[in-house]
Amino acid sequence: MSEPKPRSEFRRMMRKLLRNPSAILGFSLLAFFVLVAIFAPYIAEPVNPQMLDENGKPMRLDNPYIMPVITWSSEPIPPSKEHPFGMIQGRDIFYGVVWGTRTAFYIGLTVTLISTAVGIVIGSISGYYGGWIDEILMRITDVFLSIPFLLAAMVLTTILGNGLDKVMIAMVVFGWMGAARLIRANILQVKEEQFVLAAKALGIKDFFIILRHILPNTIFPVLIQASMRMGSLVITAAGLSFLGLGAPLGYADWGSMLNFTRNWILGTSGSSMTYWYAVFYPGMAMVLFVLAWNLVGDALRDVFDPRLK
Amino acid sequence: MTTFIIRRLLLLPIIVLGVSLIIFSLFQILGPNRLLASYVNPNVFDKLSEAELDALMEKYGLKDPFVQRYWKWLVNALQGDLGWSQVGKEPVLKAILGRFPYTLELALYALFPVVGVGIWLGVKAAVKRDKFLDHFIRIVAIIGWSFPDFVFGLLVLMIFYSVLGWFPPGNLSLWAEQIVKSPNYLKVTHLLTIDALINGRFDIFLDALRHIVGPVITLSFLWWAYLLRITRSSMLEVLSKEYVRTARAKGVPERDVIHKHAKRNAMIPVVTVAGAMVIGLLSGTVIIEVIFNRTGIGQLAARAAVELDYATVLGTTLFYSIILVLGNLIIDILYAVFDPRVRLS
Repeated sequence: MSEPKPRSEFRRMMRKLLRNPSAILGFSLLAFFVLVAIFAPYIAEPVNPQMLDENGKPMRLDNPYIMPVITWSSEPIPPSKEHPFGMIQGRDIFYGVVWGTRTAFYIGLTVTLISTAVGIVIGSISGYYGGWIDEILMRITDVFLSIPFLLAAMVLTTILGNGLDKVMIAMVVFGWMGAARLIRANILQVKEEQFVLAAKALGIKDFFIILRHILPNTIFPVLIQASMRMGSLVITAAGLSFLGLGAPLGYADWGSMLNFTRNWILGTSGSSMTYWYAVFYPGMAMVLFVLAWNLVGDALRDVFDPRLK
Repeated sequence: MTTFIIRRLLLLPIIVLGVSLIIFSLFQILGPNRLLASYVNPNVFDKLSEAELDALMEKYGLKDPFVQRYWKWLVNALQGDLGWSQVGKEPVLKAILGRFPYTLELALYALFPVVGVGIWLGVKAAVKRDKFLDHFIRIVAIIGWSFPDFVFGLLVLMIFYSVLGWFPPGNLSLWAEQIVKSPNYLKVTHLLTIDALINGRFDIFLDALRHIVGPVITLSFLWWAYLLRITRSSMLEVLSKEYVRTARAKGVPERDVIHKHAKRNAMIPVVTVAGAMVIGLLSGTVIIEVIFNRTGIGQLAARAAVELDYATVLGTTLFYSIILVLGNLIIDILYAVFDPRVRLS
């Protein structure tokens, strides 16, 4: 009972976090991916070995995210010394996996940040003002929640004309509802607390009350939810690329690399495992990336939300 | 409770209206020219002159103002005419209803392993809390949760079809398909396996089963982790209750404490999640049906979305949203039935 009180809540949380083996695994995986993304140009040099400049050195790529075509044979080539993960459609799988890390972070972070921000704005307005504004905004939220996410994203992406940016727009348009609902529920709780009433009594503007007093007190669950959504967002984006809607052919993106493999894994019966590397490496990269975010999100939730054990 | 149900049912048309309005407006981004393309045979479309294009746009009412066109669609839809499905090569409503049984069958079969394994392991993990078994189960679950459905589906297809040759993609083998399509084959439930049994064709039953195993493995692998997590946390909460302690104190065997006293109450939130899961399973089949080449509603929707067949897209999306709203209503009612503490208002 008479446990000495830790000096700060934050430090206690951190200690708890570091004692959790799955949290450590998650953060290490995430750190690994961050390093790969940062040092991508050194791990997989963005050059085209087929094209030499006047000094006889391979030319640098204009856009490192377009995987260079190294051979014109489209059949997968098994892993070798120069191409440790093998090749598919004339492109080096290792190169695609490394640069695909950047793509995954780019998609995941952008979509999560923007859709969470949209959700926060809508949820705050709805929760703080209540009344008919709340009623209208929440019914709109209900409507958006009644459309299957993947299907809606597919439709909007196709309408906008395919491509990674279109996928991201579509995922934001149909992905803000979770954050909106969460922040609204939290605001309804905090709204009646003394410190908010005090701020109101002092005549502080609504905007500042929400921004300075309410949001800091409700933001944590939203952040946890966002980190847990990262994984599923990356999966959805990859799924769209896999269906041929997202990243263009040859883009360093795990989903569209797997799209290449569709023709090969079933084509040759009897010897189908010959091309295992074409599925295994991009697939593994994706699973580990999503796993990292899920572990981190799970650990954060365990630590910061003691109701859910 | 009755007022609650009525109010929610009144909300249904509003939501369906909202959904159709959103999807309908999305398609307006395309402009009349692109919209026209979904009415006309693409080979002919390229050869048409400006004037002919104009005339066709006039004919299909593509130049009318937005409200007028939406109204026209709505009136037709209310009469059960959702338009012609380019992808399905039949009226949209017929295409949806004809394909839905395949999706339903897949979701129903997936429910068994998901519920069985999810609850069983969830209870196990809660009982052995923070022991090795608990950590192990949770790690496996979170790995399962992290698998993109199409990656896992590809692996299943590779191993069980290409290598082992056990579970082929598709709905049925060619010979079985021919029998099923013949006029004297009874179609009672439209579920392939059940109908096969009704017709007394055990060979077709086995064939249908062989085709459904792959997608079922894929679908259930993605969902049991979810149920496990809910079961585990619900079980942990119940196990810390006073009445469980009382039961233990008066010497009830641990087995009975867990399975008779604790598990029953722990199942309340699980029931509601299982309902949400059926909805998730139904709408989660899109990519899986594409990979395993099953002609369910998910595949129809996916193809329609890719080919911008907007009558079909509207139809399938509305169908999904109706399932979603009705499903959620049923879950809420079940929740109140199972847990008398919940008051619906």
